[in-house]
Amino acid sequence: MNELVFFIDNGLVAGLIIGAIYALGAIGVTLIFGILRFAHFAHGDMMTMGAFISLIIAFLLKASGFHSPLALVFLGMFPAMVITAAIAIGFDKIFYKPLREAGARPIVLVMASLGVTLMLQGVLRLFGGVSARNMFIDRPKEIFQFHLPGARRAIVLTEPQVILFIFTIATVIALHYFLTRTRLGKAMRAVSDNPDLARITGISTEHVVWATWIIGGALACAAGTLLSMDVALKPDLSWNILLPIFAATIVGGIGQPYGAIAGGFLVGLCESLSVFNWAILLRPIKPYLWFDIPSSLSLVPTEYKLMVPFLILIIVLIYRPTGIFKGRVL
Amino acid sequence: MSLLSVTNLHAGYGQMTILKGIDMALDAGEIGVIVGPNGAGKSTMLKAIFGMLNISEGTVGFDGADITGIRSEKLAAHKIAFVPQEANVFPSLTVQENLEMGAYSRRDAYDAVIDSVYEIFPDLKDKRGQPAGELSGGQRQMVAFGRALMIEPKLILLDEPTAGLSPLFMSVIFDRVIAINKTGVTVAMVEQNAKQALAIAHKGFVLANGRNSYTGTGNELLANPDVARSFLGG
Repeated sequence: MNELVFFIDNGLVAGLIIGAIYALGAIGVTLIFGILRFAHFAHGDMMTMGAFISLIIAFLLKASGFHSPLALVFLGMFPAMVITAAIAIGFDKIFYKPLREAGARPIVLVMASLGVTLMLQGVLRLFGGVSARNMFIDRPKEIFQFHLPGARRAIVLTEPQVILFIFTIATVIALHYFLTRTRLGKAMRAVSDNPDLARITGISTEHVVWATWIIGGALACAAGTLLSMDVALKPDLSWNILLPIFAATIVGGIGQPYGAIAGGFLVGLCESLSVFNWAILLRPIKPYLWFDIPSSLSLVPTEYKLMVPFLILIIVLIYRPTGIFKGRVL
Repeated sequence: MSLLSVTNLHAGYGQMTILKGIDMALDAGEIGVIVGPNGAGKSTMLKAIFGMLNISEGTVGFDGADITGIRSEKLAAHKIAFVPQEANVFPSLTVQENLEMGAYSRRDAYDAVIDSVYEIFPDLKDKRGQPAGELSGGQRQMVAFGRALMIEPKLILLDEPTAGLSPLFMSVIFDRVIAINKTGVTVAMVEQNAKQALAIAHKGFVLANGRNSYTGTGNELLANPDVARSFLGG
């Protein structure tokens, strides 16, 4: 029983947590690809930037003597989402829109977003330093324990993990409602389907582009903040998070928001299950086995975790290049 | 006073001029059919009227206003709709959503317009919840017509609506074009199937090499031996 609890904690929960983060990031990447037709490399750093903004707002709240039952940084996340969305629109205006209007090819925009990434990384390190920071500035995070019958160990969920689950579910429902029920959401799907037809139909591309950056920016901020709340705010998150998010986007089908969600959880679970030490699950049946259980029996050593999304990516690109939800082919 | 009047239109792609001085006039309530050999500039002409190309010379007048060079996205306000030849639906959107997108530029209630579109295309009503990409070619064409009708246009521009359709569907489409026209919409249509198209046309325009070569009523053109020999396959 203890072994099962350990598996739930370190395999399933860990996978769902990181999967939810990937999903939140991948929704933005896939929408940006669907509407603006380029891979937005600066998404990882937009997450870090969003987390920093949340933290700054939390410090401001603390300085003003604000008290609340919820963690300050979580309260700070909502204004930070608005600010990050506004910054994302600003980046679009300054860097991407002029290129789009000049008729630049998608690869040029990808390079521009790479430039934005490097710039953001520099700025974040300049002002934020390189050390990891704890996001809970007002009090330690709460820890919830659930006891299964017959187990000494408890299933442990931390406060940010619970918040993340609730937030992700709410986001998915809201996004579904937005895309299928609202005029602007349907217009986003229309532009993603066929931009030329959308233009001659009189759909305002400007509004759709704005909506894309607002959703992408706000969710990047939320993902960055919630991830940093769960672990710690690391300014060098960028590449390590970007690659699994791109894998999730492609696995789900490029341009498919529901695919991005599925892809995010798939990549997250694969990652955590491949670094999970399966030897622990075998221990209870040790007496019946004809071989010795090695002390560590994980598919991939933890330090090579990043390899897993790559492997999934390669397999998908070979056998199902459109992804699970039939997206665009690169 | 014509509803649509094109005079001495010169237009093309980039530096290449394809239309070299075209004239065309349509009265309100007419069906105008543009025919001619490949490369004559038929589709180019529709695109030039609909603000998708640069016009270097000449004017396009519509309903008393000069619409020369007005970009496509602004033309919905002038009640002009365009149905492209290919990729003319949003495949992942349902039939109903395609129609709603047609009404994107409207700020008023348009439920009655959707109902009237389903009246013209009863087949679509049963498929309203189905993604347009799953429909057959003919049904997709109807969705495309329906989408264009959502602004209640005065003029609808159709670019080869029967291209790639089976002969059976071809006559269905021509039937629907007449039905749309009967509701008071002026139609300007480019067609490969010249004989059938001219048979329903009030006015026909034969283009060749970017110029008008014959203009007349549909029946006049069908009866003209020169037109028949050069463009209608004898």
